[in-house]
Amino acid sequence: MKKFIIAVLSCLFFVSCQQNEEPKEILSNSIFQLDSDWETQDGEKIKLASLQGKTLVMVMIYTSCKTACPRLTADMRRIDMEVGDKHSDETRYVLISIDPKADTTEKMKQYLKDNEMTGEQWMFIRSDEASTKELANVLAVKYKQISPIDFSHSNIISVFSKNGVLAYQKDGLEIDISSVVQEVKKQQKAN
Amino acid sequence: MKPLFAICLASLILLSCESYPGQEAAFSSYKHELIHIANNKKQVPVEGGFFKPFFEVDENELEAVRSFLIDETPVTNAEYLEFVKANPQWRKSNVPRIYADDSYLKNWINDTVFAQGVLPDAPVTNISWFAARAYAQSVGKRLPTIEEWEYAARADESTPDATSKPEFTQFILKSYQNKSTNNREVGEEGPNYWGIYDMYGLVWEWTENFNEIMITGESRNDNSKSENLFCAGAAISTQDLTNYAAFIRYAMRGSLKANYCVNNLGFRCAKDLK
Repeated sequence: MKKFIIAVLSCLFFVSCQQNEEPKEILSNSIFQLDSDWETQDGEKIKLASLQGKTLVMVMIYTSCKTACPRLTADMRRIDMEVGDKHSDETRYVLISIDPKADTTEKMKQYLKDNEMTGEQWMFIRSDEASTKELANVLAVKYKQISPIDFSHSNIISVFSKNGVLAYQKDGLEIDISSVVQEVKKQQKAN
Repeated sequence: MKPLFAICLASLILLSCESYPGQEAAFSSYKHELIHIANNKKQVPVEGGFFKPFFEVDENELEAVRSFLIDETPVTNAEYLEFVKANPQWRKSNVPRIYADDSYLKNWINDTVFAQGVLPDAPVTNISWFAARAYAQSVGKRLPTIEEWEYAARADESTPDATSKPEFTQFILKSYQNKSTNNREVGEEGPNYWGIYDMYGLVWEWTENFNEIMITGESRNDNSKSENLFCAGAAISTQDLTNYAAFIRYAMRGSLKANYCVNNLGFRCAKDLK
């Protein structure tokens, strides 16, 4: 019986580990180098590397923000609409919380719902403070908590290639999104 | 007995799978677990208090700083060498570009050898924020915050707050005019009131939250404090040279990106005072 258990468990072991076999080489300047743990709006635990192979559009916001974030969010939605859904399974629009303590998974989910961002291409993720700061610094996003509920922050939308290399950044509010749309389409076509 | 046996095996399996990321090093992935290194650099306590950051909107708004420990001197080439020896993922040839631009450890010939003339006891420079942070973690410390650094840097040799002394301000501004001071040994000049060396005159230093400094136009609304960074800059000609010295530091921090490796930018570590 014991032998049987060992055999079964060994099989399980091989199966579970084999899924991770042959990791693709991660480029030196790829965002997938980051090892931090993130949680999605559905409570799923992920690493950024799990987004390998997808064109990424990222922005850092927080849900209780009343001024800049709604406008940034609107820009993201406009970009998605203009890009179209032809490659939406290979594209992710990622909102990243700069207030992970307040932005619970429920709040992130509700935020996506309220902004009609419910397609599979939409993600809202959060992490701990240190990892959030690390990612912000990778994106060159500056932010500072200025009151118990408010942050000041850069308004930067970043586009990443499928292998996680920063391809384009647009800084500002109510930006002309056409250059971002163009870049996303270009990255979607690349390998 | 059987369930226990199964649990043991399951744990073993989990363990063996968990050790997997280590193998990724072979595929040039960044290995995140840091090897702890022993470091006997002396830290000195700084007693907390309140101070007025130079570009606060409200004149009466004071920043509170809790008591903390800070390295006596900036981290040196020799100390950083110990770190990369124990943590190969931070060697010059291995470090991912996302964490350090191509000027990383520019004055080192290879992974473990400094260029001729580079002093082992000079501050390590051409270091990114990510690298400085990793070093601090590996010695069981952290980077100081902007507030801690500024608070400790107000001291001259005899008083904890010398910002009202014109000669102190002159001393700081003069130190900012000296070029190429990074290849000098740490601790050559006298310590300040707290026993800290080289806050001025050697290298600029990374802080944990440097990315809180925003250049105008990036901030959330028009009344944000950061806007005052440049208002303060404009005000210098009329009255406040002390603010001017601070302005130089804040503007420098605001211009940095975390992967920048600059030849006059180093760091020192801090720690909570328990």
